[in-house]
Amino acid sequence: MNRRLFSAISLAVCALMTAPAFAQNKMVMGVSVPAATHGWTGGVVYWANRTKAELEKQYPGSTVIVRTASSAAEQANQVQDLQTVNKINTLVILPFESAPLTRPVAQVKGKGVFVTVVDRGLTDTKAQDAYVAGDNPGFGKVAGEYMAKEMGGKGNLVILRGIPTVIDNERVDAFNAVMKQNPGIKVLDAKHGNWNRDDAFKVMQDFLTRFKQIDAVWASDDDMAVGVQRAIEQAKRSDVKLVVGGAGAKDYIKKVMDGDKLVRANVTYSPSMIADAMKLTAEARVSGKTMPARTIIPSVLVTKDNAAKYYFPDSPH
Amino acid sequence: MGILLRRHLREAGPFIGLLLLCIVGTLLNSDFATWDNAMNVLTRTAFIGIIAVGMCFVIISGGIDLSVGSMAALIAGCMIMVMNGVAPLVGSPVLAVLVGMAVAVALGAAFGLAHGVLITKGRIEPFIVTLGTLGIFRAYLTYFSNGGALTLDNALGDVYGPVYYGAWLGVPIPIWVFLAVALVGALLLNRTRYGRYVQAIGSNEQVARYAAVAVDRVKILTYVLLGVCVGIATLLYVPRLGSASPTTGLLWELEAIAAVIVGGTALKGGQGRVAGTVIGAVLLSVIGNILNLTSIISVYLNAAVQGFVIIVVAFLQRGRR
Repeated sequence: MNRRLFSAISLAVCALMTAPAFAQNKMVMGVSVPAATHGWTGGVVYWANRTKAELEKQYPGSTVIVRTASSAAEQANQVQDLQTVNKINTLVILPFESAPLTRPVAQVKGKGVFVTVVDRGLTDTKAQDAYVAGDNPGFGKVAGEYMAKEMGGKGNLVILRGIPTVIDNERVDAFNAVMKQNPGIKVLDAKHGNWNRDDAFKVMQDFLTRFKQIDAVWASDDDMAVGVQRAIEQAKRSDVKLVVGGAGAKDYIKKVMDGDKLVRANVTYSPSMIADAMKLTAEARVSGKTMPARTIIPSVLVTKDNAAKYYFPDSPH
Repeated sequence: MGILLRRHLREAGPFIGLLLLCIVGTLLNSDFATWDNAMNVLTRTAFIGIIAVGMCFVIISGGIDLSVGSMAALIAGCMIMVMNGVAPLVGSPVLAVLVGMAVAVALGAAFGLAHGVLITKGRIEPFIVTLGTLGIFRAYLTYFSNGGALTLDNALGDVYGPVYYGAWLGVPIPIWVFLAVALVGALLLNRTRYGRYVQAIGSNEQVARYAAVAVDRVKILTYVLLGVCVGIATLLYVPRLGSASPTTGLLWELEAIAAVIVGGTALKGGQGRVAGTVIGAVLLSVIGNILNLTSIISVYLNAAVQGFVIIVVAFLQRGRR
């Protein structure tokens, strides 16, 4: 009898204590990102963990759980676990691959979890509440416009492409569209360096063998720019006057800051977009405000003047 | 007579394939046949080629090693960390680089020894052991590099650079090392008792055991040998970019195995040739080189071209298996 009364009282107390918390939208956020398998995703993991600490401090009582997955299947399982085990009410996910994760995410959303998808989209937008992404066409356009201006509208240019993907196509198409408006610039060829230093080194060596005059290289990624520069040094070629990478790796931002002769600019496509997505989502959830369905984080041109703003020396990227 | 001719044709298969490929390359782009291009291609083949020579021994003995790409990446990462750490202590960049090189070879040998012991004494399939270490090695590199890249200090990079970029008698250092490793490999395989034991174990392990061959010891030694080859390849690789990242050495294991098989070594073991392996490795990088020097084929089809050439060469050197 006594025991029953006690449980009833404690239940009531619990209910009273938790009720106001519910009213304030206590947030349990799950963050699911790909594991750090290359520079950029290494940066994503760094930014996710850094923002977790910030948010938990900013919104006392909130929990942020960061999980990394090394395959699409693993990530799908994690999303499920986050919902059933960790009882999340908010999910921020950078999908490993679009198609295989659409269903698992849709299922979690169906259970009342608020879903923000980052960068790589899902195949069905109904599976998400909000979408935050980098600007891929802008990434190509900004680089193209800068290079056309630096080259004075004339000269020979080669392109190194990433892994064959939709993202890469969007970037290269936008870049080529700018070059079409600059008939004085000749795009000699574009080959896949797969966002990889070694592959870029080989492709650039062969470009240098094949073309006697190359004025500029759009390496389209900072990792590839490393390989490109080594190949140019090795061939002792002085015709190349400009190498533009991209994605804002700290070493390259540093080069721009220090006034490197070849590397004078960079274009952002920062892994910190995961941080932006987490902050926007947290604000919307806690304050109860609505979040825009689509947020595009613009790709910005980094030159010597503004480089310090984009330099994060303790990031692995 | 007919059999002898067929045998010669079979052994010449990879060579004929390479010759045909070179003719095609020259027709497509006159820059293909230049000295500089040849040096570029041979230099970049050196890593895979050196690993393939070691892999040749392992495959002939009836084993396999799937971990060499990850192993090279981890060794590269450890080497860079050791060199960066040691340089301020010893005060001499040259000494730090030498320490790094020694660490690379020692690590390779240690990893190879671990493989060999697990496979022979632990009696686990080589496929499984090395599939396991493939994941372990790369995961540790990713952990050490925090998902980003491990980069060699600039001062060390300047001292170490010539090991990749330097040349002797007009031929880059990595090509000389590749040549030396291949020669030692060929001598070891064809002119020593150890080489004969490796082949005997590959063709019939039971019989070799009855013939009082110390099968376990010979097998362990093949994995140690491969590990040392990976170490040597890595110490040539590190000065190229001065960095190691989780994408370093990705799929090198498949390239090395492909070079060995294209070069006429039987995947089931028992027989094989070092010279063929060297030609196989060169052939694989020539395909990539030709594709980069031309733009007649869609870039999306590069892998398909490589696949076709590999199959054609295998056809040229087919025999009774």
